[in-house]
Amino acid sequence: MTDTPIIRFQNVSKRYGDLTVLDHFDFEVMSGEKVTLIGPSGSGKSTVLRILMTLEPVQEGVVELDGLSYRQPGRHGPFHASARHLHQIRSRVGMVFQNFNLFPHMSVLRNITEAPVAVLGLSKADARARAHELLEMVGLADKAQAFPAQLSGGQKQRVAIARALAMRPRVLLFDEPTSALDPELVGEVQEVIRRLAHEHDLTMLLVTHEMRFAREISDRVCFFDQGRIVEQGPPGEIMINPAQPRTRAFLGAYLPETSTG
Amino acid sequence: MMYGFHWDLSSPLAFAWSILPIILIGLTVTLEATALGFAFSLIIGLGLALLRRARARWIAWPTALVIEFIRDTPLLVQLFFLYYVLPQYGVLLPAFLTGALALGVQYSAYMSEVYRAGLDAVPRGQIEAAAALNLSRARAYRSIIIPQAIPRIIPAMGNYLVSMIKDTPILSIVTVMEMLGLARIIGDRTFRYLIPLTLVGALFLILSMSAAAAVRRLERALPKTGIPLR
Ligand SMILES: Nc1ncnc2c1ncn2[C@@H]1O[C@H](COP(=O)(O)OP(=O)(O)OP(=O)(O)O)[C@@H](O)[C@H]1O
Ligand SMILES: [Mg+2]
Repeated sequence: MTDTPIIRFQNVSKRYGDLTVLDHFDFEVMSGEKVTLIGPSGSGKSTVLRILMTLEPVQEGVVELDGLSYRQPGRHGPFHASARHLHQIRSRVGMVFQNFNLFPHMSVLRNITEAPVAVLGLSKADARARAHELLEMVGLADKAQAFPAQLSGGQKQRVAIARALAMRPRVLLFDEPTSALDPELVGEVQEVIRRLAHEHDLTMLLVTHEMRFAREISDRVCFFDQGRIVEQGPPGEIMINPAQPRTRAFLGAYLPETSTG
Repeated sequence: MMYGFHWDLSSPLAFAWSILPIILIGLTVTLEATALGFAFSLIIGLGLALLRRARARWIAWPTALVIEFIRDTPLLVQLFFLYYVLPQYGVLLPAFLTGALALGVQYSAYMSEVYRAGLDAVPRGQIEAAAALNLSRARAYRSIIIPQAIPRIIPAMGNYLVSMIKDTPILSIVTVMEMLGLARIIGDRTFRYLIPLTLVGALFLILSMSAAAAVRRLERALPKTGIPLR
């Protein structure tokens, strides 16, 4: 982890119609930092990730990634940015979705090689070699030829992680990567993410309701409520001894060892 | 006599047998008109669907209006329009081409809806995953969206093909000699309508049923998850 910010939200407002999801929101993430976003449903955690992935435009404020501002001056359309500019931003960031979103008509291998070939211009051979390495890393070396429908949820999510990594992002976003899984499959996915967090200088943003896991892998935990970060800090502080009553109340529901006083 | 075939009025069976070759010539015209009309509808329909999905409102909105207009007017009106109005503006097409074009235009409105429904049925998450992998819009369509839309689109298209076959007799009104038109002429000349019309009815029945069966088989053969292109 360095002390240069790679992600910056400054005074960002995000609305859906009349509903203001983020209201003058400020947020920074350092390069290589592992940050976990926690908080009640509807508090805006996914929205932050979706904005970073350019899946949602913002109405106000500045969002920057790796020095690239999400909006370009003089541009129109929902994103106020050219397709080429969005392409540049997307080349630095990847996302792992709650529902995996694997491409069901493609083999596992093709799921992973499609974008490196189409976007990065890798040769098919190179892309395949890299895909096999990544599959090895997520423990699915034998599943290259399988189709998503033949995999368990945990296996699907591990493929999705491999697919995102194949694009060599600098920032990887995880939106509740284990929430759609049967309980017995959560561990295998967490193990992969844990190794990524510990062994790579990738910047990671993770939304999760798994508090123990958040504690293990994060440098910083941010507690969201109603579109604001109410409290943040190292997991040891936030999770063991939260200062804000709302954080206490929220954590009380998840962590028995947190005093809800 | 027609097309060099003489009819034999000695018995109903002999009559049927003697006019069958004439009706079969009409059948080829029916099939050709359907094939060409269907091809037109696929192409025009795709154009309409894409324009309808355009981000610019001043393109999407008039397109929606055109689609609605085509859908809400009878095929015969469009046929007459192309057949009688276009020549007044110097566009003189052969009757067969005019007929196929009218079929194509009418069905393009339905096809545009088929394309739209097929594309819209691809889950949003798939499009978001494509964006997260930095695939361009064009590439996302080619690799992710269209392949998953195809298993929904093709059966619907097949159903319209079946119904287009049954609309071809309308072309006889503008002198295209397809099956029904020929049957009527044979009736007019022999004063026997039952047998030629029954023949035509039976041929339409066979045609429709086999086309529908082919569509069902195709539908079953298509993988539900999608068909990778290339
Ligand atoms: N496309 C949308 N249109 C309208 N409202 C939306 C849309 N997406 C999200 N919202 C609303 O924005 C608010 C924040 O949503 P968001 O998904 O960021 O919450 P979250 O913190 O991720 O919650 P959860 O834990 O349930 O996933 C919610 O009130 C949600 O209903
Ligand atoms: Mg969420």
